Amino acid sequence: MRLAGKGLINRNKRVRFCFDGRDYEGFEGDTLASALLANGVTLMARSFKYHRPRGVLTAGSEEPNALVTVGKGSSQDPNVRATVQEIYEGLEAVSQNRWPSLDFDVMAVNDLGAPFLGAGFYYKTFMWPKAFWEKLYEPVIRRAAGLGAISGAPIEDKYERAFAHCDVLVIGSGPTGLMAALTAAEAGADVLLAEEDSALGGRLLSESGEIDGIPARDWAAAMAEKLAGMDNVRLMTRTSVTGAYDGGTYGALERVAHHRPLAKGLPKECFWRIAAKRTVLAAGALERPVAFQNNDRPGVMMASALRAYVNRWNVAPGQKIALFGNNDSIHDVAADLLAAGVHIAALIDSRAEATCALDVPFYAGAQVCGTDGRKQLEAVSIARASGVEKVLVDCLGMSGGWNPTLHLTCHMNGRPEWREEIAAFVPKVGMVPGLMAAGACNGAFSTAACLGEGVGAAQAACEALGLEAKAPKLPSAENRPYRIAPLWAVAGKGRAWLDFQNDVTVKDVKQAAVENFRSVEHMKRYTTQGMATDQGKNSNVQALAVLADATGRGIPETGTTTYRPPFTPVAIAAMAAGAADKGFAPERFTTSHRLTVAANAPQIEAGLWYRPSYFPAKGETTWRQSCDREVGYVRQAVGICDVSTLGKIDIKGKDAGAFLDFLYTNMFSTLKVGRVRYGLMLREDGHVMDDGTTARLADDHFVMTTTTAAAGEVMKHMEFVSQGLRPDMDMRFASVTEQWAQFAVAGPKARALLNEVLDSPIDGESWPFMACGPVKLGGVDGRLFRISFSGEHAYEVAVPARYGESLFATLKARAEALGGGVYGMEALNVLRIEKGFITHAEIHGRVTAFDIGMQGMLSKKKDFIGKAAAQRAGLLEEDREMLVGLKPLGAVKQLMAGAHLYNAGAEPVRQSNQGYITSVGFSPTLGTYLGLGFLRGGRARHGETVQMVDHVRGVATTCEVCHPVFLDPEGERSRD
Amino acid sequence: MRIACPLCGERDSREFSYKGHALALERPAEDAGVAAWDDYLHNRDNPAGLTQELWFHDMGCASWLVAERNTVTHEFGAVRLAEDVKGAKP
Repeated sequence: MRLAGKGLINRNKRVRFCFDGRDYEGFEGDTLASALLANGVTLMARSFKYHRPRGVLTAGSEEPNALVTVGKGSSQDPNVRATVQEIYEGLEAVSQNRWPSLDFDVMAVNDLGAPFLGAGFYYKTFMWPKAFWEKLYEPVIRRAAGLGAISGAPIEDKYERAFAHCDVLVIGSGPTGLMAALTAAEAGADVLLAEEDSALGGRLLSESGEIDGIPARDWAAAMAEKLAGMDNVRLMTRTSVTGAYDGGTYGALERVAHHRPLAKGLPKECFWRIAAKRTVLAAGALERPVAFQNNDRPGVMMASALRAYVNRWNVAPGQKIALFGNNDSIHDVAADLLAAGVHIAALIDSRAEATCALDVPFYAGAQVCGTDGRKQLEAVSIARASGVEKVLVDCLGMSGGWNPTLHLTCHMNGRPEWREEIAAFVPKVGMVPGLMAAGACNGAFSTAACLGEGVGAAQAACEALGLEAKAPKLPSAENRPYRIAPLWAVAGKGRAWLDFQNDVTVKDVKQAAVENFRSVEHMKRYTTQGMATDQGKNSNVQALAVLADATGRGIPETGTTTYRPPFTPVAIAAMAAGAADKGFAPERFTTSHRLTVAANAPQIEAGLWYRPSYFPAKGETTWRQSCDREVGYVRQAVGICDVSTLGKIDIKGKDAGAFLDFLYTNMFSTLKVGRVRYGLMLREDGHVMDDGTTARLADDHFVMTTTTAAAGEVMKHMEFVSQGLRPDMDMRFASVTEQWAQFAVAGPKARALLNEVLDSPIDGESWPFMACGPVKLGGVDGRLFRISFSGEHAYEVAVPARYGESLFATLKARAEALGGGVYGMEALNVLRIEKGFITHAEIHGRVTAFDIGMQGMLSKKKDFIGKAAAQRAGLLEEDREMLVGLKPLGAVKQLMAGAHLYNAGAEPVRQSNQGYITSVGFSPTLGTYLGLGFLRGGRARHGETVQMVDHVRGVATTCEVCHPVFLDPEGERSRD
Repeated sequence: MRIACPLCGERDSREFSYKGHALALERPAEDAGVAAWDDYLHNRDNPAGLTQELWFHDMGCASWLVAERNTVTHEFGAVRLAEDVKGAKP
């Protein structure tokens, strides 16, 4: 029922929305919860396990009951707290965890079975038979018990992530946060104020009272306006700080478009990473319920929530209201309700000595011991020494005291301490470096204390930053002491709820203790108390107090469970914002990419690069046909392949040669200018890291090539060696991979083709095998390297990247005129396997130079990375797995990469494993499958027959072990 | 975590990659023997507290850094360029 009064709703702006298919009307400024209450809707949800009717319990983000699903299809958001969801024109929300309807839920039968569904019932009931758990029990339980569901469709809404930096982050904008922000801002600090609500003010928005002689709410509005006008203050509303991390880093979720229809281009949420030099935590406090029989009926809510609905939204959640609590705050609530004209049927204070200044039916030293009603509260039973009295009410506000919202202070493993006089945990100083808790979250509960602590924390932050923060004149405000007498659970029979979200009762916690789950962490997991979206914000302290009582310990000894981020739920979509689809990894394209795509070449990913797999020709139906044809180009005419993706590192300086000598196993300082040499690079542990060719362009100038896959790793390694091991060396290097487009021109007609495009022709004498040097192509300065990864007479020609596309087109056309053409990765792979050239399929990180037959490349004349470790006896044993070639002999005649090798006649099991195959290709040149692999003692076993078994794909064959170079072992073709 | 790169200033740790203890800078001589090489390659203390470790500023200036870090609190102390550490003679 809507009341008169001046809340924070705009009565001139009516808003229509829909809940469970019915249309309702509210006002601008309403949350879904306040608008539903104003429309007399108190039943908003069904509970998790027992499907009990539930109403709203709180007025904030800690709400455990009123969870709804907002939106439809891929845009559907489950488990939205109705207390946080602002209404807007056209909002559609539906209730959850009920069937067929909220009003009539057949699963409510669970409630009758409650005696059997207590703590640990899953563990006890669904044990046998074992296989039933996964196939039957779990799916059924998951359907019956639960929260809302996602649509299962890919998300189409936009989510964003963003970064912010500030001097002082203020979390929360109640009296503490507002004073802290203003104090720091006036000292000149760059201030970021984050508030999870839609407006600044915190609890001042929901309470009466005055600050500096004006209504507290108006004071907050004036402060907000003042802060908004300061250049060094950023105000972020609807932004929940969700986690505290190392180094002053905080995660925060901004609800950008949950309070309005989703506009095109606008993100729904933005996940912020905030780096703050200093932080003031002013998160306030959360009121905690009292456990008593059937305290979960719709209509029972927190006294503070009741106060907020009345004061902020001008909604009376009932006509006849009772208040029950163990501390002074219920008296303040009662006063506000009376002022708003709401009828109070009973004010029940558990403290015997309590007095009441208000004209209401007052019960001192009394407790609510039960409720009547099912879908709506109808009456409360009040127990006093004189007996039990039943009072008809439709709403009950309860207060078991206040818990400081200290969650963020515990995110880095700190544990709070128990403060007896307020019966609550408070943060200790220094739990999160750079963060200071102030105000209610620090256990200071009067408005005046909050204002003062806000100033103090800001001053401390400023001092740490070297800023001088003046002490402002503190506004005058209420400064009454907080008086409380702990009351966790009212004694009595029946179920008394502790955790509303997970349906955990006092009995469940006691049962856990009986079964020896006495540690609070065990109790939590056994009963599921403190899980799901509210993470025990409404129940943790009471549950551990009940556990402490049941185990005969004190609350401090019992301790709390671990507080972990996020403080409030964060959608995975928000944390993953920008990382889906193409945002997952950058894409790197070669200069020939456009032309290869135009030629319909399927692309394969090589690290971040995209390279053509093969170039399908007219009439070809399989990749093998294309691959065989492309291999033929290189073996018989000329083939062109873009090899720009290989890492290219330009090295210059007096000590460049010496540096390479140290990096590579073999010598480079002796390499003549105008020559290229193959080099092998080890890790310091003696295993092969990478290989490639390095060209000497001048005395003090080398260009190294790395494999595509290891380009980044090699660069990082070189930086380490140069900065960390040999900073004395006089040289510099830089990656030039993207500066040069480089193409392989391979095949018997390679020179003929090049002579069509080079400004000055070359011949065998001036450009022998492994020569390199500058060339000109149509006036463009390029580089030519006579190197071969195919074993043919071949070159690689490089031009500045801006000429890459043009050169590729020219080479392609000329190659085609000579009976050749372009080739892709499949053909490149076959060509290199035919020659026994290794790639990272072979040098996979566990092989040594000895294993791949390159022990001879380990120079004895100098030290180099990996030298000492490569000499270890175990790395030189003759029964190590060594690189071999393999040819199939069996009926299947197919080799499989990844298959394992076994001796002929041996059982193909792990214990008799002799090695494995790393690379496989069909050689059109030799008319057979070829494989490279590793075989125990393989170098001495050429000619032997072994079995290949692929257990995964179910292929077995016998094969002949041979030398890894299948074609032209003398290398005559490349030297031709 | 945030790391104060001497060249780039304080940056988020995701810009950096980690290599382990700064002991890796003390490479033994080629003929130092098996024990010295075994120590260099494999043996590391696992302190609860301050340690010196190597970080590489991949997404920044490509500097190798020697950073003091508390393994318990993740607090960083002095962060120096590896080449300065190597250059510093005792």
